[in-house]
Amino acid sequence: MANQSFRIPPILNQRIAQVLLWLATIITLLVLFFIIIFILIRGLRVINFDFLFSLPLHMGKAGGIVSPIIGTIYLTALAIILATPLGVGSAIYLTEYTKENIFTKIIRFGADCLAGIPSIIFGLFGFILFVIKLRMGWSILSGGLTLAFMILPTIIRTSEEAIKAVPTAYREVSTALGGSKWQTVSRVVIPVALPGILTGVILSIGRCIAETACVIFTAGSSLRIPTSIFDSSRTLAVHFYILTREGISMERAYGTAVILILAIILVNFLAYWIMYRFIRRMGGYVG
Amino acid sequence: MKEKLIEKVLLVIACSAIAIIFLIFLFIFIEGLPVFVKTGVIRFIFSSNWAPTKGNFGILPMIIGSILVTFGALVIGILFGLACAILLACFAPKGVTRVLKPLIELLAGIPSVVYGFIGVVVLIPIIRNTLGGPGFSVLAASVILGIMISPTIIAVSLDALRAVPLAYKEGSLALGATQWQTVYQILIPAAKSGIIAGIILGMGRAVGETMAVIMIAGNSLKIPRSPLDPVRTLTSNIALEMGYASGMHQEALFACGVVLFIIIMILNTLALLTIGRRNG
Repeated sequence: MANQSFRIPPILNQRIAQVLLWLATIITLLVLFFIIIFILIRGLRVINFDFLFSLPLHMGKAGGIVSPIIGTIYLTALAIILATPLGVGSAIYLTEYTKENIFTKIIRFGADCLAGIPSIIFGLFGFILFVIKLRMGWSILSGGLTLAFMILPTIIRTSEEAIKAVPTAYREVSTALGGSKWQTVSRVVIPVALPGILTGVILSIGRCIAETACVIFTAGSSLRIPTSIFDSSRTLAVHFYILTREGISMERAYGTAVILILAIILVNFLAYWIMYRFIRRMGGYVG
Repeated sequence: MKEKLIEKVLLVIACSAIAIIFLIFLFIFIEGLPVFVKTGVIRFIFSSNWAPTKGNFGILPMIIGSILVTFGALVIGILFGLACAILLACFAPKGVTRVLKPLIELLAGIPSVVYGFIGVVVLIPIIRNTLGGPGFSVLAASVILGIMISPTIIAVSLDALRAVPLAYKEGSLALGATQWQTVYQILIPAAKSGIIAGIILGMGRAVGETMAVIMIAGNSLKIPRSPLDPVRTLTSNIALEMGYASGMHQEALFACGVVLFIIIMILNTLALLTIGRRNG
């Protein structure tokens, strides 16, 4: 409509629009590269064997980051172990056992809402329920449970998509051969959908690693190496936050940030690679 | 028999998401309730006097803070996010999209503390030196949050634009419209509900973001008068004071959580309704 009143030739109009769009996209991408390269340049020189495998000293002013690394692994592992069966089970029920009805709509609505709840709310909830009411204290158990709740919707969604992508013919063949519903699901559908489910799990690992607000109030910020799930422990992201916020050591903060970013890049790469292969095998395309 | 049992177990599991939402609301609401009762909902929301040690709980500055920062983030996020989505969906060669999409998803995965840190070491000195003021400000928080929410806006809008039937595009091009005319007169209106849903979801992320905002917004309790003034949001108020709060003060922070929860649920429901209308 604009070009009717101002009489800008449509082709020129298109050129201008394209230039602006490219400009905005390039700026967005430059920001991404800038963030990653900035952190890597300043932080990579801090990284060495000692930094990765020795204990933090003087609140993190010196020494390494081995205990936050172990804390991150424990918390993430616990959250994944708890959330995966719940998430995959929900997805199986939604896709294989019911037709679309009001009940499935409510469940999907719940999962989608849960996905949108900010981590600080999960933090408040985990703090009051696990840390205080259930007397678990600041511990890996409290943190892991809270994180599990947080990543549940991601696992439900991706598993659902993966299970839906399995061709109906697979199920029909299994049923025709006399397989029961559960035999079909557990021996045909799930194995075929496994790479897709795995993608969701890996993306959830990324979310656990990146999380700060909900972990700091549930797992605490102890710098000791945790020996059981009832110990408090800080994750890498929490360690990084405390180092910068309290101005303890910029150098160590950059080093910690490098490990965080490398972990996230690895996780995303892995997830994308598995998904790409899965979709190609299912006869779709990635684009 | 076994089949029936498995179905029952799966049904119970499937209810977990709903149960968790319900539990979260229940526990946060119970903790926050005493403050709502003693202070009164109206005074709690519309008083600008937050002095928890004296028993004054008014969260107006934080609500205004959250609104300002979110609005600023949306302006930046929509501008860049939408441009990126339109380019990738309609103009960019397939190969470019294939490479860029995972990179943008990576942008969404970077921890928010890292964004906050970049704000502190890069953006804040720039603002302080060129525009003046303390640097820790509404502006800084808006820019960083805008960058953080653009991947969400890009991802959802991209899907919406791609879901428009090819025939629409072909029909428009066949009638002699240019590609750009097709995009803004056919494709964008057709994908409108998906794009709006993406924007609302991005808005939810901006309202709920905590750690990055604490690091760059300055956390002042005064209502800001210019974009260069420091500001405190609802989320940062909770996270900043949770470490040492007790008693009534802690309950007031949970009451902040209730307000935040309700805002987020409204945004979520709006987003889901817009997406649902397209599918239905």
